[in-house]
Amino acid sequence: MEEKQLLAQIRNLSVEYKTRLGQVSAVDGVSFDIYKGEILGLVGESGCGKSTMGKALMRMIQPPGKITDGQIIFQGEDIMTYDDNQMRDFRGRKVSMIFQDPMTSLNPTQRVDEHIIEAIQVHESQTKTEEALTRAEKMIRKLGMQRRRMNSYPHQLSGGMRQRVMVGLGLVLNADLIVADEATTSLDVIVEAQLADQLKDIREEFGVSLLVITHNIALVAEISDRIVVMYAGHVMEIADVEPIFDNPLHPYTRGLLKSIPNIKLVDTEELYKMPGEPPNLTHPPSGCRFHPRCPRAMPICKTYEPDLEEVSSGRFVKCWLYIDHPEKESETIKVEA
Amino acid sequence: MSSSLRRFLITRILLTIPMVLILVTLIFFVMRVLPGDPIRSQLGPRVSEEQANVLRERLGLNRPLYVQYFDFLWDMVTLDFGTALTQGERPIKDELGERLPATIELTIPAITITALLGILSGAFAAKNRKKPIDYAIRLMSIAIYSIPIFFMGLLFQIVFSVRIPILPLSGRMDTLLLTQFESITNFYVIDSILTGNWPALKSAIGHLIMPSITLGLALTGVFVRLTRVNMIEMLQSDFITAGRARGIPERRLVYKHALRNTFIPILTLLGLQFAILLAGAVLTETTFSWPGVGRYLVDRIELRDYTAVQATIAVFALFVAAISLLMDILYAFIDPRIRY
Ligand SMILES: Nc1ncnc2c1ncn2[C@@H]1O[C@H](COP(=O)(O)OP(=O)(O)OP(=O)(O)O)[C@@H](O)[C@H]1O
Ligand code: SF4
Ligand SMILES: [Mg+2]
Repeated sequence: MEEKQLLAQIRNLSVEYKTRLGQVSAVDGVSFDIYKGEILGLVGESGCGKSTMGKALMRMIQPPGKITDGQIIFQGEDIMTYDDNQMRDFRGRKVSMIFQDPMTSLNPTQRVDEHIIEAIQVHESQTKTEEALTRAEKMIRKLGMQRRRMNSYPHQLSGGMRQRVMVGLGLVLNADLIVADEATTSLDVIVEAQLADQLKDIREEFGVSLLVITHNIALVAEISDRIVVMYAGHVMEIADVEPIFDNPLHPYTRGLLKSIPNIKLVDTEELYKMPGEPPNLTHPPSGCRFHPRCPRAMPICKTYEPDLEEVSSGRFVKCWLYIDHPEKESETIKVEA
Repeated sequence: MSSSLRRFLITRILLTIPMVLILVTLIFFVMRVLPGDPIRSQLGPRVSEEQANVLRERLGLNRPLYVQYFDFLWDMVTLDFGTALTQGERPIKDELGERLPATIELTIPAITITALLGILSGAFAAKNRKKPIDYAIRLMSIAIYSIPIFFMGLLFQIVFSVRIPILPLSGRMDTLLLTQFESITNFYVIDSILTGNWPALKSAIGHLIMPSITLGLALTGVFVRLTRVNMIEMLQSDFITAGRARGIPERRLVYKHALRNTFIPILTLLGLQFAILLAGAVLTETTFSWPGVGRYLVDRIELRDYTAVQATIAVFALFVAAISLLMDILYAFIDPRIRY
């Protein structure tokens, strides 16, 4: 396999929301890489900070939220040091985003062509409208839509078409990364499968990287090259798709995969339900944030937070089971469900 | 325009007919139930019964009520409006023809001020939500909203025509100029331009400033609040976030994307406010002795001039209906979800 080229490095990124109940540590010291032309799946239960992570990547966290720490190195530059103008240029041109609800993510009073032309001209003020229009048309056809759809208003399009317009808005500016936050979740199964296929095609054709945020593990298994598993604001495991499904290392990943009906695990008898609830992130558990629910938790897990360690090439796990520590050897604690 | 929209508009027009009918019927009877009548109001309380009867006969008030009612309805249908019962018993059409332009000339700049000032400062406040400028704008709008029109008008008069006499106190034009003023349309601004009468134009505009600002400001408060609230909601909507994620400048997101979508609820209010605008016009006209329909209505209610009041109310009602129809059309123009 050819050498993978780095596109972005997220380093030690933390995001907090100030709420009346206290600070919500939604993303805490997260690090991972995104390679050129890959589809990276970001999975985890609801509320684990996936959307926050996606938004933080574009520095789109709105108050009461705030990026409190970390670096986002994109094509070698730390965008945390960018000013407003640089950020505006970065958004749309380098990274583009597709949202969950296609019904509301386009301006209801703007036609499809107006959306695309605006996106082009905002970033390339010297581009003439006719030229932008030609580019918009090309893009629409590439996405498998008829030309007459250019003159449609969002409400005249189906959910799948709207999501394709959103994708097109990113591609027309040659974005290097498209962040798709639950982009297929609200579509019906067949349209979802179509869009997923299309995302793969787009990656082939444009060489763009995709960060697919979802809690749909089946989708991730289907389209991703690599997977980042998040739990309670921490990255728990990073691995290529096959190894992680063949042999999940982190107890949370195991639980997550076991709870999916259509993924075969070695010893699945019946559908597994992970005990307990995701933690309240105003007071995250000490040590390993998963310890209150972990079937293999050890005394050390409660006190010390494990690092995200590379256990084999390209495979990272944040769990004491895979790291040595002098205090590790003690009796396993029982967990009440 | 799609056929469904056309059907919708036709239904709307047809619906205004019963609405106006109910209103004028109500006015017809309310006027007659009120104590006092046009005879006493003109001839005074000590007039003899004979004299009163002569006048009553001349004005047709001796006829049975239902005859008067249908006579009035017929006048409305034929758009004849009949004749007034007091003050020279002139055709109401002529009387309104003189006064309606005065009111329109006052309300157009007023509503422009309201729309521009209200919508822009509302949008600006929303954009700078929770910053000092937002609080300042909100405070101003509440203050303006709670000051009665006549008080605001009086304040302006004291400051700008008494203390610093730069603006005329009241009326539509200097009396001297008015004696030789040739009125074609009864819109004084238009008339003075048509006749090339520049001193008259200057006077007409000068007279318009205070009343139109008073009326405009009085309505601005509501608009600021409404625009601000709707804008704040709009600025949190997904398509704005998506636009931001596409690198669209904040200014464009606020004043183009969000504001255009906010126009939809604002227009509804504008249509509803039109009735309030007319009410405001009555107060403003009284304060500034502005010879418009509002003052006419107040005068004639006092004189119990049945026909004049009935006709004026009917015209008001038609205006409100026409404006709300216009709003619906504009609505469809702004919101493609209605148009298609
Ligand atoms: N605007 C906000 N104010 C306060 N807390 C927030 C805000 N947005 C998110 N959070 C909190 O941050 C945490 C992570 O939220 P986030 O939306 O990133 O999760 P998610 O993984 O995308 O969940 P889902 O799968 O439901 O979309 C949650 O605990 C959430 O309650
Ligand atoms: S560190 Fe301990 S508690 Fe956390 S996942 Fe590993 S074994 Fe479980
Ligand atoms: Mg989310």
